[in-house]
Amino acid sequence: MSQSNDAYSTAPHDSYERERLGNVRPPRWRNPQPADSYHLVVLGAGTAGLVAAHEVAALGAKVALVERSVLGGNCLNIGCIPSKAIIRTSRLYAEMRNAEQYGAHVPADICVDFPAAMERMRRIRARISRAASAPQLIAAGVDVFFGHARFTGTDSVTVEGATLRFKRALIATGARPDRPSIPGLTEAGYLTNESVFDLTELPARLLVIGGGPLGCELAQALCRFGSQTIIAQKKPLFLPREERDAAQILSDSFARDGMEVRLNAEAVNVRVEHGQKLVDLISDDYKSTVAVDAILTGTGRVPNVDGLNLEAAGVDYDNTVGVRVDDFLRTSNRRIYAAGDACLEPKFNHTADASARIAVRNALFLGRQRLSALTIPWCTYTDPEIAHVGLYVRQARERGIPVKTFTIPMHDVDRAVTDSEEVGFVKIHVRERTDRILGATIVARHAGEMINELTLAMVAGIGLRDVARVIHPSGTQAEAIKMAADAYSRTRLTPTIRSLLGRWLKW
Amino acid sequence: MRSFASDRHRGISARPSTLVNTGRGLHTFIAINEQTLDQLQRAAFGYFLRTVNPTNGLIADTSRENSPSSIAVVGFALSAYPVAVERRWMARSDAVDRTLAVLRFLRDSDQSGSPEATGYNGFYYHFLNMQTGARVWRSELSMIDTALLIVGALAASRYFTENTADEIELRDLVDALYRRVDWRWAQNGGDTIRQGWKPECGFLHYGWEGYNEAIVLYVLALGSPTHPLECDCYEAWTTTYQWENLYGYDFLYAGPLFVHQFSHAWIDFRGIRDRFMREKRCDYFENSRRATMVQREYARRNPNGFSGYDKRCWGLTACDGPSNSMPELSRERRRFYGYAARGVPYGPDDGTLSGWAALASLPFAPEIAWCAASHMLRRYPEMLPAQCYASGFNPTLRGADHAAWVSAGHFGLDQGLVVMMIENYRTQLFWRLMRDCPYVGNGLRGAGFRGGWL
Repeated sequence: MSQSNDAYSTAPHDSYERERLGNVRPPRWRNPQPADSYHLVVLGAGTAGLVAAHEVAALGAKVALVERSVLGGNCLNIGCIPSKAIIRTSRLYAEMRNAEQYGAHVPADICVDFPAAMERMRRIRARISRAASAPQLIAAGVDVFFGHARFTGTDSVTVEGATLRFKRALIATGARPDRPSIPGLTEAGYLTNESVFDLTELPARLLVIGGGPLGCELAQALCRFGSQTIIAQKKPLFLPREERDAAQILSDSFARDGMEVRLNAEAVNVRVEHGQKLVDLISDDYKSTVAVDAILTGTGRVPNVDGLNLEAAGVDYDNTVGVRVDDFLRTSNRRIYAAGDACLEPKFNHTADASARIAVRNALFLGRQRLSALTIPWCTYTDPEIAHVGLYVRQARERGIPVKTFTIPMHDVDRAVTDSEEVGFVKIHVRERTDRILGATIVARHAGEMINELTLAMVAGIGLRDVARVIHPSGTQAEAIKMAADAYSRTRLTPTIRSLLGRWLKW
Repeated sequence: MRSFASDRHRGISARPSTLVNTGRGLHTFIAINEQTLDQLQRAAFGYFLRTVNPTNGLIADTSRENSPSSIAVVGFALSAYPVAVERRWMARSDAVDRTLAVLRFLRDSDQSGSPEATGYNGFYYHFLNMQTGARVWRSELSMIDTALLIVGALAASRYFTENTADEIELRDLVDALYRRVDWRWAQNGGDTIRQGWKPECGFLHYGWEGYNEAIVLYVLALGSPTHPLECDCYEAWTTTYQWENLYGYDFLYAGPLFVHQFSHAWIDFRGIRDRFMREKRCDYFENSRRATMVQREYARRNPNGFSGYDKRCWGLTACDGPSNSMPELSRERRRFYGYAARGVPYGPDDGTLSGWAALASLPFAPEIAWCAASHMLRRYPEMLPAQCYASGFNPTLRGADHAAWVSAGHFGLDQGLVVMMIENYRTQLFWRLMRDCPYVGNGLRGAGFRGGWL
């Protein structure tokens, strides 16, 4: 059950917002009369909940979907969709400023129209919301309930006074932004991903607290719109989860955009003076104060497990890690499963989708699919993008797997050069002396598109040797993957084989 | 006294004349000019004579006005004095006096760890006041820089082995300084050695990630008879290594060239292998050779289109370069990084190169290192102000006289590395000295090194 603050949204109530809200939280909605019993009751209509409801309904089972706020969850309303829309516009402004490198004139007066960019975002979000609308769900055979759900036993929940009985239930209530406990922050006011897309005016100076993926994406986008942006991160390493080179490249890219990244910097106090927010930062023994007009927090997300009365259902949970599940996504109540951000550590839209499909099969169709069998790629949509799948080198080495990386810098890829998009690399990690792909990291302008090929190879068990045999269209940046596979092939030419070939070629 | 003179010309393979591909499709012999090498080495050594405080033996970090002392530079100086004795640039007694001055100062220095002290637990603050030896710039107690100081001192103690009162005292002092370094404290209970500590905030939050110059730190810390590290500490660090195939070379990746050089200034890594290198069927010496090749490949590609870069003009490393904070560059859209660890292939790269970095690869890849070093000197003689390598030069950024931008003054680390790597190339002096150092041998074995001379 997403906990977006749509009820308190300050976004302009224009035709796009009216359309979106009409789709995801229809006005004058009346919950249907519950069926006697449901095969599946889904709590939460974010990505995981919607996927589960549609899957089950398509198979003819009786399914109810309960949502506390708006359909579509974080992704549609306050996450992936709106962020990608504004990222695209911000890229355009960056390209306009860099027009010279494409042999074009830099426009004389680049005037950022922030309200127009946000309006475009709302238009796109409204359009995409049609696919997650209540009428669509009803047409698919899903009983949609709006309201707070509470378990009343091991096989029932109540919603707005109605009791829904179930054979199986799926908890897909998602997650919400972590709210850091910094003295003065609440009083000063701050943005999260729940409220940043309501902005109609660009803050002249912005401090982003936390260097997570969403924080980085939004920080770069707002910086490119013209905000003087600082990212302050408590951890000493930028993007600590990613490869160091990836983090370094992105850090350089941020610097080119004029963004300041302060690592090892903890915000310890916020106060308002003369209309500006003053934030005290401590980095080891160095103290400083930054003055900004807005603060955006991106310090992580916490699962929505409160208010569900999970105790009554016999479902174990933890306020930090969420609903506890086994590898089959089953909770401590054998009738109840969980999926998505409410129970998983990787909080991605696509992971929510994949986990929901597993949960449905395991819950209703005697499936034995394991979460741990999933190969989960992810991408941070900065510029350049950082995409990853599988193991990192460090993880492989910690498991005692000998690993070798085939690296192709994007400056060796023709299409990247012609597009002036040479920043980045493709790194493919294989088990030493084999072609088995263990993982890959891509840093490139379109890394998110490129990682799919390697994810497919990993899922299908295709090694680099076979990837080398796949014809890649000339003039694509994905040729970098073929080049890495070719590099692997060249390493198979051992001195012995080379010598034998030499003899053979003497004819 | 053991004389190394007879070893002087027992250089490593492929010297002094080397078959070099000139790039014109021809192969020709290019003689490595011993006279030029001699001049470069002696000029680099001169830095330590010009920037020393004779009272306490401390050496300035740079030749710039009001520069504090860097403890790492002191370590290089302690290793440079034996070279000067060997090459008859300095009397042995003078070298011993200079060495004793700084060792006595370190022994008697304030080790309380207070903000104005010189050190703590046997470690030293990175930068010290040239006169008093007190900490300056609120610098950190630096583990790697302490290691460079101590290994430099150990090299001196392996060289000054006469049974004179001074040389006996010298050896005793070095031993005492080494023994009092509490390496285990520097783990702070963690898996690896922390990078630094400050009295104001305790251990810094940074850790070592990936291959870097810290092998010598781990070797000293593992070889300590008094405060050795836990044994799996080294393995924990090497877990962060990345073995990459880049530009056709398989190598243990690190971007800046100095990473592939610093530990090698003292330790002969030819033929000895830790677990990682056994798995990769390589050794760190060969790895540095490949890293040198990768530098050349990067410069040949020159993805950013900087002036000067080609297969005979390279050397991206930690060095001083132009900075946007300079008034004349404050309006530049291009980014300049000032003093930074420049590296390949992902940068940072602002067109700044270091001539000395290419020369310091001489032991690993003499053919291409000399080719680059001599070519760069011919093409950009301005990189050698007062006969000494400047820290960095930038051919993309030219002045009114069309000369490349050149970093002001000289940096002690660069000069020390030049002195030592030329010497290792010519006589392998330090490699032979340190092979006989039991602490280093124990440290290497503790890190899992086997084979070769070990």
